[in-house]
Amino acid sequence: MSGTFSRFSAVFVKELLQLRRDRLTFATMIFIPVVQLLLFGYAINNDPRHLPTTLLVQDESSLARAFLSALTMTGYFEIVHVAHSEAEADSDILSGRSQFIVQIPAHFGRALIHGEKPSLAVIVDATDPTATNAAIIAINGAAQIAFDNDLRGSLAYLRATPPPFDVRIQRRYNPTGDTQLNIVPGLVGTILTLTMLIFTALSVTREIERGTMESLLAMPVRPVEIMLGKIAPYALVGAAQMGIILVAAVGLFHVPIAGSLALFFALTMLFIVANLSVGYTFSTVASNQLQAMQMSFFFFLPSMLLSGFLFPFRGMPDWAQIVGEILPLTHFIRIARAIMLKGSTASDLVFDTGALALFTLAAMGIAVARFRQTLD
Amino acid sequence: MSAEARDADVAIDVEGLTKSFDGKVVVRNLTMKLRRGRIHGFLGPNGSGKTTTIRMLCGLLTPDSGRGSCLGFDIRTQHDEIKRHVGYMTQRFSLYEDLSIRENLEFVARIYGVRNPETAAQDSIDRLGLKGREEQLARELSGGWKQRLALGACILPKPDLLLLDEPTAGVDPKARRDFWDEIHRLAEGGMTVLVSTHYMDEAERCHDISYIAYGDLLAHGTVDEIIDSVGLTTFRVSGGDLTALSDQLAREKAIDMIAPFGAALHVAARDPVALERIAQRYGGDHVWTRDRTTLEDAFIVLMSRSHEAAPERATA
Repeated sequence: MSGTFSRFSAVFVKELLQLRRDRLTFATMIFIPVVQLLLFGYAINNDPRHLPTTLLVQDESSLARAFLSALTMTGYFEIVHVAHSEAEADSDILSGRSQFIVQIPAHFGRALIHGEKPSLAVIVDATDPTATNAAIIAINGAAQIAFDNDLRGSLAYLRATPPPFDVRIQRRYNPTGDTQLNIVPGLVGTILTLTMLIFTALSVTREIERGTMESLLAMPVRPVEIMLGKIAPYALVGAAQMGIILVAAVGLFHVPIAGSLALFFALTMLFIVANLSVGYTFSTVASNQLQAMQMSFFFFLPSMLLSGFLFPFRGMPDWAQIVGEILPLTHFIRIARAIMLKGSTASDLVFDTGALALFTLAAMGIAVARFRQTLD
Repeated sequence: MSAEARDADVAIDVEGLTKSFDGKVVVRNLTMKLRRGRIHGFLGPNGSGKTTTIRMLCGLLTPDSGRGSCLGFDIRTQHDEIKRHVGYMTQRFSLYEDLSIRENLEFVARIYGVRNPETAAQDSIDRLGLKGREEQLARELSGGWKQRLALGACILPKPDLLLLDEPTAGVDPKARRDFWDEIHRLAEGGMTVLVSTHYMDEAERCHDISYIAYGDLLAHGTVDEIIDSVGLTTFRVSGGDLTALSDQLAREKAIDMIAPFGAALHVAARDPVALERIAQRYGGDHVWTRDRTTLEDAFIVLMSRSHEAAPERATA
């Protein structure tokens, strides 16, 4: 009995000592749950406000102005751009700069006073329906309030219900608000993130643990060569994965591919390489495979939760959006939704493509700088 | 002496090389000059800094202080050149266990930019007698075959200098003999070889020997030079109760070394007159005959001397 206990305590103490020496594992064990609890506890918001909106005002009447101020008062809309033509407004939606176009047609005020029941057009980027639903409800309320104040005196008869105008809501790209259309492009990115990350995260630590690093370092091969040599095969694996997911997306979920398949393929490859680079960077920092795995998960969870995959990106507080902007998945999800659902072209996606490329280069730069070329 | 002349004759030239880990000095002020085209034995007890020295020579470790060159390339700054011209065989098998013999050799050939990797790998397989096993995974090979593969991988890019860290540990005598035959063939072809070992028979196969203990180079030269430098007179004692005799002799201050030697005892001392006197005193059943001092005798003395010297240094 006492023998059992002493053997137990020997192992117990040994494990404690080892854990104390493995500082990173120790830190992540405590750090990960705390950080993630804080991150996701505050970050998720299914009722996002201040959504970017493009205005297309073709009527300068006081009623139109009243409507706009009421719209802003709801807190759901933030006018980021005043467009002068429909084409200009449309390009805002294609590039993702705005999520709404509010169009007040010419002669709206006059038509209203004449009792002609004019229409306000609200065009919604419905690729992310969760983000826009509450805002759409708010539009109707805003219109009501705005005109209540202005329709007084001789115009008071127009206040009668039903309202003397229509709000025409046009859901673009996903007219039925189908969640799968929103989720599937995001899922492509999420799956690729997880698998790509882990592939390379283990690559350098494995060499160290198996003792093959000593030979490798004694050979005339440079860190960049090792990195690219380890990333490239997985890029092929990633391409195959992408193919499978794409077939499933189209075949099972009936996700359309409105844009160019070649563009989608090219940008997905960029995204795959971005993830492989992060994994490889982790691999050069971690001292064993377990640490590399932990770092991968530490990266993966915020990717999933802060990228706009599960929850509306614009509903998150500013700091969470900043974190999100750093993550490659955020940009890929925008790219995937834009190409698959909106048919966006390369010129619409310059920002997100640039962000992915910059991220990849930064990760590779860190990996090469961190790679230990000696056994010191 | 011009740089060119120095390069032509000297393969390894280090001066004042020092390396410590966590405050513990592993190699201390090592100075050593090894000629080209020879087989240099690198000997010393476990933990004496042999592996660390070899790693510094091929650029895997950075010395704390001191300077050195390998094939004329600076060991601090010219890692790329050193890696291209030096083959390093690690103590532990460090090729890929999950690759076959052929795949490993082709990998090495490609890393070194050998023109035709497939042919180079095949030549290497033929040369090392690995034919018929080339598709086997390295992890399935026995110790002897693994060692042969590792050597094959090292010499495939035709290095000018071969650093072998205890290459024959755990390998059977037949495989060891084949291995050494190959090393001698390579040296005849002009390759310089530095090989660390614990085996005396292997040390005797080297042209030159460097003996390092606790970070210091204690002896350097040919086998005969090292034996002479220790300056021992040796007797071989047989017959009678040798165990009891060994205990008695251990108390004699003049005696430097007592070691079992087959069914006999090797007894050595630096002072020949004192040893003669002891031999007469302990005659009786025991038969004392003068014998050649072996390399092993010399090393045991060197090792115990460095042990005695070690505590002084620790306090210094």
